[in-house]
Amino acid sequence: MSHEATAPETVVLRGARPYGEDQVDIVVRDGVIAELAPPGTGSAAVVVDADGLVALPGLVDLHTHLREPGREDAETVETGSRAAALGGYTAVFAMANTLPVADTAGVVEQVWRLGQEAGLVDVFPVGAVTVGLGGTQLAELGAMAGSAARVRVFSDDGKCVHDAVLMRRALEYVKAFDGVIAQHAQEPRLTEDAQMNEGVLSGVLGLTGWPAVAEESVIARDVLLAHHVGSRLHVCHVSTAGSVDIIRWAKARGIEVTAEVTPHHLLLTEDLVRSYDPVYKVNPPLRTSADVEALWEGLADGTIDVVATDHAPHALEDKDCEWGAAAFGMLGLQTALSVVVQTMLLTGRLDWRGVADRMSVAPARIGRAHGHGAGVQRGATASIVLVDPEATWVVDPEGLASKSRNSPYRGMELPAQVRHVLRAGRITVRDGELAS
Amino acid sequence: MTNVILDGSDMTRAITRIAHEIVERNKGAADVVLLGIPTRGFPIAERIASAIERIEGARPDTGSLDVTLYRDDLRMRPARALEPTSIPAGGVDDRVVILVDDVLFSGRTIRAALDAISDLGRPRAVQLAVMVDRGHRELPIRPDFVGKNLPTSVDEQVRVSVSEVDGTDEVTISGGTR
Amino acid sequence: MRHLLSAADLDAEAAILVLDTAAELAAVTDRSVKKLPTLRGRTVVNLFFEDSTRTRISFEMAAKRLSADVINFAAKGSSVSKGESLKDTALTLEAMGADAVVIRHHASGAPHRLATAGWIAGAVVNAGDGTHEHPTQALLDAFTLRRHLRGGTGGLDGLRVTIVGDVLHSRVARSNVLLLATLGADVTLVAPPTLLPTGVHEWPCRVSYDIDEALPSSDAVMMLRVQAERMHDAYFPSAREYSRAYGLDRDRLGALPDHAIVMHPGPMNRGMEISAEVADSDRAVMVEQVTNGVSVRMAVLYLLLGGSTGEK
Repeated sequence: MSHEATAPETVVLRGARPYGEDQVDIVVRDGVIAELAPPGTGSAAVVVDADGLVALPGLVDLHTHLREPGREDAETVETGSRAAALGGYTAVFAMANTLPVADTAGVVEQVWRLGQEAGLVDVFPVGAVTVGLGGTQLAELGAMAGSAARVRVFSDDGKCVHDAVLMRRALEYVKAFDGVIAQHAQEPRLTEDAQMNEGVLSGVLGLTGWPAVAEESVIARDVLLAHHVGSRLHVCHVSTAGSVDIIRWAKARGIEVTAEVTPHHLLLTEDLVRSYDPVYKVNPPLRTSADVEALWEGLADGTIDVVATDHAPHALEDKDCEWGAAAFGMLGLQTALSVVVQTMLLTGRLDWRGVADRMSVAPARIGRAHGHGAGVQRGATASIVLVDPEATWVVDPEGLASKSRNSPYRGMELPAQVRHVLRAGRITVRDGELAS
Repeated sequence: MTNVILDGSDMTRAITRIAHEIVERNKGAADVVLLGIPTRGFPIAERIASAIERIEGARPDTGSLDVTLYRDDLRMRPARALEPTSIPAGGVDDRVVILVDDVLFSGRTIRAALDAISDLGRPRAVQLAVMVDRGHRELPIRPDFVGKNLPTSVDEQVRVSVSEVDGTDEVTISGGTR
Repeated sequence: MRHLLSAADLDAEAAILVLDTAAELAAVTDRSVKKLPTLRGRTVVNLFFEDSTRTRISFEMAAKRLSADVINFAAKGSSVSKGESLKDTALTLEAMGADAVVIRHHASGAPHRLATAGWIAGAVVNAGDGTHEHPTQALLDAFTLRRHLRGGTGGLDGLRVTIVGDVLHSRVARSNVLLLATLGADVTLVAPPTLLPTGVHEWPCRVSYDIDEALPSSDAVMMLRVQAERMHDAYFPSAREYSRAYGLDRDRLGALPDHAIVMHPGPMNRGMEISAEVADSDRAVMVEQVTNGVSVRMAVLYLLLGGSTGEK
């Protein structure tokens, strides 16, 4: 099934406010922003009422699990693309931990092609660093980079590249094609059977702890390695105050490291685990409020470059069980922007330009997603999300586009709603619904 | 509106009379065991025992029998705290057990007490002494010794107070639509 | 009380109610007819995902003494990775009309899940979950302590209880710390630092690494089972070193006050945490703990099922 249709030649987004600033008519012609005209002056066959809506560059998710191939019962490229589009995204990076693992040109091209067929967002496959995520032998990184999917981000996400030599080689090797290693920082021996953040609460609940040091020690090692070999490093889902400190230190030293934080680590804390409800089980685990505050600060000051969803759909049976047996992960694509608005914008930690940078510009730059994160300005590719900043909505997992239901925000009222999305000039979401 | 039916001296006279009747019926009190049903049946049983001692010169054994675990209406209320049960060292086998309670109403408490006793042993006979019989029996149970027969309507409340528990001795009736 | 999931569910009043009720029910054990009609027509399911014959038998005897119908459901062998089995099992039990489910599970929090996921309507009793809690064990320990050292009534104000051993992996220790503290006891945990949980200093108890410092001021010492295999995960260098540093032997027994008692939740590793001599001494009350376990579990089942249920 293909949503790819001919883009109308001209679309006017009437009365939009780029980055929440002055109202304009955004005139889109041939997939490009032709001009920002005074409000009410633009005319075209297709006029979208964007009165008062905030216009941002289409969001880019550097960290998504689309589960295809292998776990199509939890998500497919198609359903994940829908969730992404409805969440305001125009591009997503699909993680490699599929079945089979995306560790060959064949698998990444398949995912790439499925994304094109779905036609709602650009799906950039992430290539595995090691064969089968096994952590022992480099996957054919060059072949994936040279494939039709043009892979630039490599990650064993879900597993840590814990072998220091292998990590060093990977960092070095991808320099040849401007790639980046996105590390899931988790020292495996320190986190055997880990179930939640290690602290007072894990001791009380009798759940095996996932200590902050297991994340921080790997990040510390990796920034030093990246420095040593002169490579760029990306750190996935930073979750602890100590990690923020290490990355801040590394950036101050000029080390080429970037980092992401998930929406759930910006909003939720380990206290939710008291319920033993596996919807709150995630890797890295929900941490303490002190960690959350450090993440806010790190994201605000640019230590953390990106908000990435780590959207991790799971079939019902993998969550509707006891904590210990449940899978790690939470949905995120359709709630990310709202959570960032709640935690960062409404609190004054970021303005809309800041939100655009962390959710579009920076991830596009890190992932080399050409044509994304170009900004709402004349001459840029017209990938735009229009957000109603005043609206609030109550999260109902049954109403989300994902195949899975494991949203930790069930019943929560969140601010800001995505109204319209354009990808390269074509409307993918209109009035909060997928455009047919 | 609350009416006092018996005052302290009325109750004392009733207990003395019951003691005499027990001795007469059982030709002495040698084999008698008085088992009071908590909360107020127990102090009444003790008082009857003291009265018998004054008559016979020897005090019969007394004990306390909580019947909560044998009740047939447990599911109609939240689980209740248990009251103490203490059976005299000699047990109840081949003795005359006299159950003592404050008010006899539906008879269900006594039904539960009879079941409880049969799990404790095999008395030669079981008799029943109550301070007030207010009628409205739901089971074929009748008292052997009664302090006061008191016709009531179902929605009235009869309350026996004893000084050991309540700080005063009296029997009152309240509520209802008479 | 709707469920018993954690010792923290009980405030002092509720805990004393359980102990007082158990004291009354203990008398039934001394009668020739050791049975009460109280829970006639009620069904209690023992759902055991882990082997524990002694706990299962204790609950079974408690339920039977109250005339409940007892079904033993040994779900052992169901793999940890297939967590669905807990839900499916729960739905099966619900369909069969279980009034209470007594659950032992290897996963911490499984009883909470069973009680709150909406799978079943009946009462849930935690009979030990993972490394989390074992509240009826704590109740029977409190009952035993109260009988020996507080005349069998009231709380445990000022009672000094020392718990020694693998606190990290012990659900017994967690429940006991919570319950004994609620009842007013002064609890001291003694273990090598590797076998104490992160954050233990926030618990309502004292922590020590030195058993010899703690024993002379203990009214009771509770020894926890320590598995020799823990040395393979480097929790301690060898069983011998553990035993020397933290085991209760005759010399250490002598360091206890004369009135002090020795407890153990069982099963014991004789020669590891407790010497055979101490285990068999007249200070040891392990056999009594087993007896009291039945009374306490009768009390819990009575209080959960003996009244109106279904509503709060």
